[in-house]
Amino acid sequence: MTHAPRTLVQKIWDAHRIVTRNGADLLFVDRHLLHEGSHHAFDKIAAAGRPVRHPELTFGVADHYAPSAPERATEATVTMIERLSRNTARHAIESFDIGDTRRGIVHVAMPEQGLTLPGTIIVCGDSHTATHGAFGAFAFGIGASEVAHVLATQGLWQKQPPMMRITVEGALPAGTTAKDLALHIIGTIGTGGATGHAVEYAGAAIRALSMEARMTLCNMTIEMGARSGIVPPDEVTFAWLDGRPMAPAGAERARALEAWAALRSDPGATYAREVGIDAAHVAPMVTWGTSPEHVAPVTGRVPDTQPEALDYMGLTAGAPVDGIEIQRAFIGSCTNGRYSDLLAAAAVLKGRQVAVPLLVSPGSEAVARRAEETGLAGIFRAAGAEWGASGCSLCVSMNGDRVAPGERCASTSNRNFRGRQGPGARTHLMSPAMVAAAAVTGRVTDVRALPRADLSALEETAA
Amino acid sequence: MTPFTTVTGPGAALPRDNVDTDQLIPARFMKRSRTEGYGDQLLHDLRFDPEGRPRPDFPLNRLPAPPALLVAGANFGCGSSREAAVYALWDHGIRTVVASGFADIFRNNAARNGLLTVALPEAERATLCAWLEAHPGAETHVDLEAQRIEAERLAPIAFDIDPQVKRRLLLGLDELSETLEEEESIARFEAAYLAATPWALPRTTAR
Repeated sequence: MTHAPRTLVQKIWDAHRIVTRNGADLLFVDRHLLHEGSHHAFDKIAAAGRPVRHPELTFGVADHYAPSAPERATEATVTMIERLSRNTARHAIESFDIGDTRRGIVHVAMPEQGLTLPGTIIVCGDSHTATHGAFGAFAFGIGASEVAHVLATQGLWQKQPPMMRITVEGALPAGTTAKDLALHIIGTIGTGGATGHAVEYAGAAIRALSMEARMTLCNMTIEMGARSGIVPPDEVTFAWLDGRPMAPAGAERARALEAWAALRSDPGATYAREVGIDAAHVAPMVTWGTSPEHVAPVTGRVPDTQPEALDYMGLTAGAPVDGIEIQRAFIGSCTNGRYSDLLAAAAVLKGRQVAVPLLVSPGSEAVARRAEETGLAGIFRAAGAEWGASGCSLCVSMNGDRVAPGERCASTSNRNFRGRQGPGARTHLMSPAMVAAAAVTGRVTDVRALPRADLSALEETAA
Repeated sequence: MTPFTTVTGPGAALPRDNVDTDQLIPARFMKRSRTEGYGDQLLHDLRFDPEGRPRPDFPLNRLPAPPALLVAGANFGCGSSREAAVYALWDHGIRTVVASGFADIFRNNAARNGLLTVALPEAERATLCAWLEAHPGAETHVDLEAQRIEAERLAPIAFDIDPQVKRRLLLGLDELSETLEEEESIARFEAAYLAATPWALPRTTAR
C-alpha cells in the first residue's frame, strides 16, 4: 500500500471509482433513493428508452407530498404519490407507499430499514441526502438529470470535491442539541461557508453524539453549502445498525464490521479547509431572518444587517430574540422528526398546554408507532398538539400543510427561506425542545428556563 | 441538450445574495411535467403579489423583454436539489446566470440543462450588476468559446469555466449517452465490487 494519506471520503471515493475520463470519475452508487419528485427523471429515461440498471439497489418512498392528515390531501398530493407508485412498479423498484409500515421521510425511513451503511455511496434527488453521512457513508443530493443517469447506469460522474474538516471539541452545554450546534456552525461560517466541500466532522463533541443527533448535524450540513457531511463510523454506528431489517446480519455483518473498522481518515490526510468549534460556546439557537445564517442565540438580539429580511419577517433590529411572539409551531422533518427529537419536545410539553397550534409530524411510521407504544404520542395529544401522519409536512409545504401569510412559525425544520412554509410565512428555526417551549408560551423562550419532565423511562425501547 | 455557443440578449440585475431554490420556483408549483414549462413561475412570489399582480418595483418586472442574462449576488441557487429551479430560468429565456458563487447542486443541474453559470470575482460581478441596474435590459453578449461577457460600453469580462462543462455546453452533449460507452467498464467494476463487498447489498430476506 503506497497511498498518500487519505480522508475517509477519499477512501470511499477510491473504492467506488469505475473509470476516469476527462478529469472526472464515474462512481458506483450503492443506494439510490427516490421520492415523488423523481418524476422528471423517470420521464427522462423513458425518453431515452433506457431501463433501470439496478432496481434492487433503488428504493422509493412517498414523503414530500404525503398529507399529514387525510383531510389535507389534494388532487396534487394524490397525483404525485400515484405517479411515484406507477413509476417504481413499472421498473420493479421497491417503494414504501402510503399504508406501508416502513414509510416515512426518506432520510428517516431508509436508515431505519438498515439501507444506510458505512462506506457506501448514497444519492437521492434531495439536498438533505447529506443526512446519511452520519453513518460514515458518502451521501449527497442530486438533480433530476443525475437521478435519470443513476437510474440508467448506477453511476455518477463526479469531480472530487475539496475536503473540509470541522472539529468540535468540548461538550455541548445542557439544553443544547445537535440542531443548535449545526445552527451555531452555520452562523459562524455562513451558508456559503462550505460550498462544494465534503465536510468531515471530528472531535470529542461529535463522538459523543447519538446516531440520531449525528443525522441532524449531517442533515444541516447542506445549509452550509457543503456537498456532504460525514461522521466516521464507530461503535455507536455499529450498534445502531445491528438488527435493522436490510442491514447485513450473521456472517455478512462480521465481514462488514471488519471493513467498517477501517473507515477513518489517515493521520496526515490534508483538508482544503479546517474549522474549529468549541462546543461550550453553543447556546439554544433561533433564526430571525430568511436564511439559516440569519441566526442568533436565544439570549441575543436581532441585528440590523439585513433590512430586507427583517422587513419580510416583521422584526425590528435590536429586538431581543427571546420573547418574539409566534402564532404556530411545527415539530418534524428529516432534520428533527426522529424519536429522540419527539422525546426532547415531550419533556417540555408534559403537564403543559400549547398556547398556539402545534403540529407534530413524526419522521416515519415506525417513529409514530414507537411513540404510541411508549406513551409519547399521548403526551403531545394531552398538551393539545395535533399528532399527524409522517411526511415532509410543514418543512416543504407541498402536501396540504401551510403556514398562513404573515404568521410566525417556530419550526424544527431546516430552511427559513421566504415562503418555504407557505407564501408570506415567517419561519424561526430551532431545536425540538425550543419549539415546544415556544408552543407552550406563545413566544420564543429559552428552554433552559423551563422545568422539564424526566422522560428517561421512555428512552430505552429500540425501534 | 441545446448547445451553447454565443448568446446575445437583454441583461438584468437581481442584486441579492442567497437567491434560493424556493425563490426560483416555489415548491407548490413543482408538480408540472417538463413539457408544460416553468417560465411563468420563475421567482413567482418575488415577481407577483398575493393577488397575482406584478410587483412594479421588482427588477425583472421593469424590463421591456425577458432577459437572456441574469446577474445576482453570492451563493445563487442554494437550498433544495430541485432541477425545476433551472427549468424555470431556462423557460423564462435566461441562458446565463452570473453570480459571485453558486450552490453546488444548482451548478451541476444547470450544466446538465444547457444553462451557463459564471462565477465572477466580486469586483467584476459588482460592476456588471451595477451597469445592468442602471441600464435594465441593456444588451449583453456571451461568448462561451472565448469565455467572455460583453455589455455595451463596459470593458469585456473574461471568465473561468471547467473545461468539461464548457465542452458539453458547446456541443450540447448528453452525459448519459457518453456514459453508456463505458458499459464494459461498469459491468467489470460491478462484478468485482459486489463479490468483494457482499454486505453492501440490501438484505432481501426482509421482503
